[in-house]
Amino acid sequence: MEVTFYIAAAVAILATIMVITRYNMVHALLYLVVSFLAVAVIFFVLGAPFIAALEVIVYAGAIVVLIIFVIMMLNLKQESVDQEEKWLTKKVWLGPAILSSILMTELIYILGSSDVTVLQGHEVDSKAVGMALYGPYVIGVELCGLLLMSGIVGAYHLGRQKKKVIHRFLEKAEE
Amino acid sequence: MNSIPIEAGLLVAGILFMLGLISVLIRRNIIFMLISVEIMLNAAGMAFIVAGSKWMQADGQVMFIFILTMAAAEVSVGLALILQIYHQLKTLDTDAANEMNG
Repeated sequence: MEVTFYIAAAVAILATIMVITRYNMVHALLYLVVSFLAVAVIFFVLGAPFIAALEVIVYAGAIVVLIIFVIMMLNLKQESVDQEEKWLTKKVWLGPAILSSILMTELIYILGSSDVTVLQGHEVDSKAVGMALYGPYVIGVELCGLLLMSGIVGAYHLGRQKKKVIHRFLEKAEE
Repeated sequence: MNSIPIEAGLLVAGILFMLGLISVLIRRNIIFMLISVEIMLNAAGMAFIVAGSKWMQADGQVMFIFILTMAAAEVSVGLALILQIYHQLKTLDTDAANEMNG
């Protein structure tokens, strides 16, 4: 079981590196699906099978498909790939990458210097999650419902195309 | 049966978060920035799962479900905004949307 964790972690990190270095948006999204599936394997090994299923269904299924639909609606062509290649120069990515790597090294040092705690690997099944979700956390569930409702209303309001209405008298005046 | 150190799990979550942060800093394409925010939210949720696995409680998984809901709502509103920006400006460049000069 440990070996699967380390292999899945390596796959997740490599796929995420591929996501952030691709110029073509659709290639990046396909690597993102691989990354989410690897993270789902990690969740399964850590004893959260319900969350692993949710990760595959919601992240790799719904969210990525939504982004792919929008990319298809925008109808991007080869120019956008070339544009991305022009934007992502070494001068741009070197500074943020070095600074973030310094912070990452500090995090690795801090985690490495603490005492090693071994996970027991006991499974927390979906029944326990459901009992917690509808017991002490029920107000959070209701707030989530409100959030999703406002998300739907907001997406509908923002995504609506405004009709161009040209008044018929103005049209006549232009002729 | 398995003996994964908790540091390894937190380390993977930290590395994924760092990759998302680098991507959101270096990209100018607004869709790539949205994807990077998704990566970072996923990494944060993974830290919750690792902590929940450590204490063998369901609370970490409940927090992940809340993060998942927030990510879904965020991506729907964000994509609607992106469509609107693309129709107004005919580009996905974030620097083109600086008309308010804040």
